[in-house]
Amino acid sequence: MAESLRVGATAKLGMKAEAAASTAVWRWLGCAVLIAVAIVLPFTLSNYHVFQLTQVMIYAVAVLGLNILTGYNGQISLGHGGFFAAGAYTAAILMHRYGVPYWATLPPAALVCFMLGVLFGLPALRFEGPYLALVTLAMAVAMPQLLKYFDTWTGGQQGITLVKPLPPPGFGIDRDRWLYFFVLVVLLVAMRLAANVLNGRTGRAFVAIRDHPIAAAAMGINTARYKTLAFGISTLFTGVAGALAAIVIGFVAPESFTLFLSLSFLVGSAVGGIATIGGAIVGGFFIEFVPNFANDISDAAPWAIYGLAMLLFMYVMPRGVVGTMGPWLTHAMQEFRSARHAAK
Amino acid sequence: MHQLLQQVFSGLAAGAIYASLALALVMIYRATDLVNFAQGEMAMFSTYIAWTLVNAELPFWAAFVITLAVSFVGGMLIERIVIRPVENAPILTAVVVTIGLLLIFNATAGWIYSYTLQEFPSPFPDRPLFGALMTTRDMGVIAVTLVMLVALFCFFRFTATGLAMRAAAQNPESARLSGINVGRMLALGWGFAAAIGAVAGIMVAPVLFLDPNMMSGVLLYAFTGALLGGITSPVGAVIGGLIVGVTENLVGTYLIASQLKLTVALILIIIVLVFRPNGLFGTAVVRRV
Repeated sequence: MAESLRVGATAKLGMKAEAAASTAVWRWLGCAVLIAVAIVLPFTLSNYHVFQLTQVMIYAVAVLGLNILTGYNGQISLGHGGFFAAGAYTAAILMHRYGVPYWATLPPAALVCFMLGVLFGLPALRFEGPYLALVTLAMAVAMPQLLKYFDTWTGGQQGITLVKPLPPPGFGIDRDRWLYFFVLVVLLVAMRLAANVLNGRTGRAFVAIRDHPIAAAAMGINTARYKTLAFGISTLFTGVAGALAAIVIGFVAPESFTLFLSLSFLVGSAVGGIATIGGAIVGGFFIEFVPNFANDISDAAPWAIYGLAMLLFMYVMPRGVVGTMGPWLTHAMQEFRSARHAAK
Repeated sequence: MHQLLQQVFSGLAAGAIYASLALALVMIYRATDLVNFAQGEMAMFSTYIAWTLVNAELPFWAAFVITLAVSFVGGMLIERIVIRPVENAPILTAVVVTIGLLLIFNATAGWIYSYTLQEFPSPFPDRPLFGALMTTRDMGVIAVTLVMLVALFCFFRFTATGLAMRAAAQNPESARLSGINVGRMLALGWGFAAAIGAVAGIMVAPVLFLDPNMMSGVLLYAFTGALLGGITSPVGAVIGGLIVGVTENLVGTYLIASQLKLTVALILIIIVLVFRPNGLFGTAVVRRV
C-alpha cells in the first residue's frame, strides 16, 4: 500500500517536472517564433510602418524600465519621461557636439541615467506611495522648463537636430530597416538583462520590498540599497530608450518631454501588465498605435482613450494583458497536457 | 521696498489660488486617503463650464454659482462611479485611476473646446490700490478666497453635516456605528473639493488664460502648498499655499529666472518631504504593522 502510494507520488512528481520542462521548451519555441517574425516583418512592410515598429520597441524599453521600478519594486514614478529626456539629450549632445558615433552613445546614456536614478532614488527612500508619485510628477512638469533653461547645452527651445545614422556599408538594407534591427537587438538584450535581474536574488528582493517592506527588512534585505538600485536600473533602461529615440527620430526638443510622455509610459505599463517583462511590448504597441487610430477622430481622442484604458484596466484587468493572459495560457496548456496524459 | 511689497501682495493673490486648490486636495486626502492628481484638471473643466455660461451672456456671478453647483454634483458623481470601486485598492491602483481621470478631463476639454488659449473675463476691475501696492483684481481674488474659507469653516464647525463629515474622515468605523452614512460623506467631500477647485480655476483663468493645460503648474504649486502645510491639515494647506505663492513670486523676481519657477516648486517639495515630511501643521501618521 505504502509502496504503491510512493510510486504514485513519484510518478506525479515526474509528470510535474516533465510538464515544467516542456513548458520551458514551449516558451523558448514561442520566443524563437516571435523573434523570427520580428526579423522577417520589416521586409514585408513600408518604410513608415517599419519606423512605427521601431518606435514601438523604443517605448517597450522605456516601459520595461518603469515596470522594474513600479511593478516589481512598488515605487510609483510619474516622471520617467524626465529620465527618457536625460537619455535622449545625453545621446544628442554626444553626437552633435562631440561627434560620437550613434551606437557608442548608448553606454554613456545608460550610465548618466543610472546615476541620475540613484541620485533621485536616495531622497525617494523617504517618500512612500503617493508622495513619490508627487515628486516625480513635479519633475515631469518642470522638465521642459529645465531643458529650455540650459540652452547652451540643449539648444533651448529649438532643440538639437541630428543626422540620422546610415547603415554600415555592404549590409544591403536601407536606413529605416537598419535602425529597426539596431533597436530590436537593444530591446532583446534589455529584456534578457531585465529577466536575469528580476528572476534572481535581486528581483526577489525587489518584490519582497514591494509586498512587505518590514518583513523584507527583517529577512535581512537592505531595503535602502535595493530600492535605490531598483531606481537606478529602472532609469537606466528608460534612459537607453531615450537615447534610441534621439537616434531614430534624429531630433530632440523640450516639448517632446512633457508630463504626458511620462503618463503615456504609465498607460503602456498598466495595459501590458505592470509587473511583467513581456507586457512592455504590448504597452509599446498601445502607446504607438492608439494615437494613430484615434487621431482621425480628434486631436484629443488618443489621450481620452489612454485615460479610459487606464481606468478600465485597473477595474477589469489590474494585472494587464500579459499579467492576465500569461498565467492563463500556462494553465490552459497544463490542463491540455494532463488531459492528454489521462487519455493515454 | 515698494517693489518688494508689491511682489508680496501679488504673491498673496496667487497664493490664495494655490491655497484653494491645496485645500481641495487636503479635503480629498482626509476623506479618502487619496492624492487626487486629477484635481487641477477637474478645476480646469469647471472653468470651461463657467466660460461657456459667461459666453452665453449670463451675468458673471450667476455663471459662478451655477458652475459651483455643477462641479459639486460632478465631484460627487466621480466619487460614486470612479473612486468607490478602488477605495480599498493598493496605492498604485488609486494613483493610476486619478491619473486616468486627469487624462480624460484634459482630453475631453481639448476635444470640446480645442487647445487654443481663450480669454476669460475677470469679475474685478483692474485698478491700482493703496498707492499701487496691489490691484483691485488681486484684492478681489484674496477676498473671494477668504469668503470661501470662512464659509467652509462655518460649515464644518457649526452644522451637523459638517460634523458628520469630519467624523467620517477621522474614523470611518466609529462614524458608521453612530449612524453616519460614511459613503455619502465621502461623496460630499469630493463634491466640496470639486467646487473649491472650480473657484480656484475661475480665479486663475483671467491671469493664465484658459486652456486645457492651464492647471498643471497651479496643481504643482497647490501640491507644494498642501505638503508644506501638512497634507492632513486644512489650515496648513491654506497657509502653505500662501507661503508658496509669495515664495514663488519673490524667488522669481529676485533670485532666479522666472523660467525656472516650476523647478523651485520641485525643490521645495523635496525639501519639505526630506526635512519635515508631515509639513508645518500636519500630524504624523502612525501605522500599525
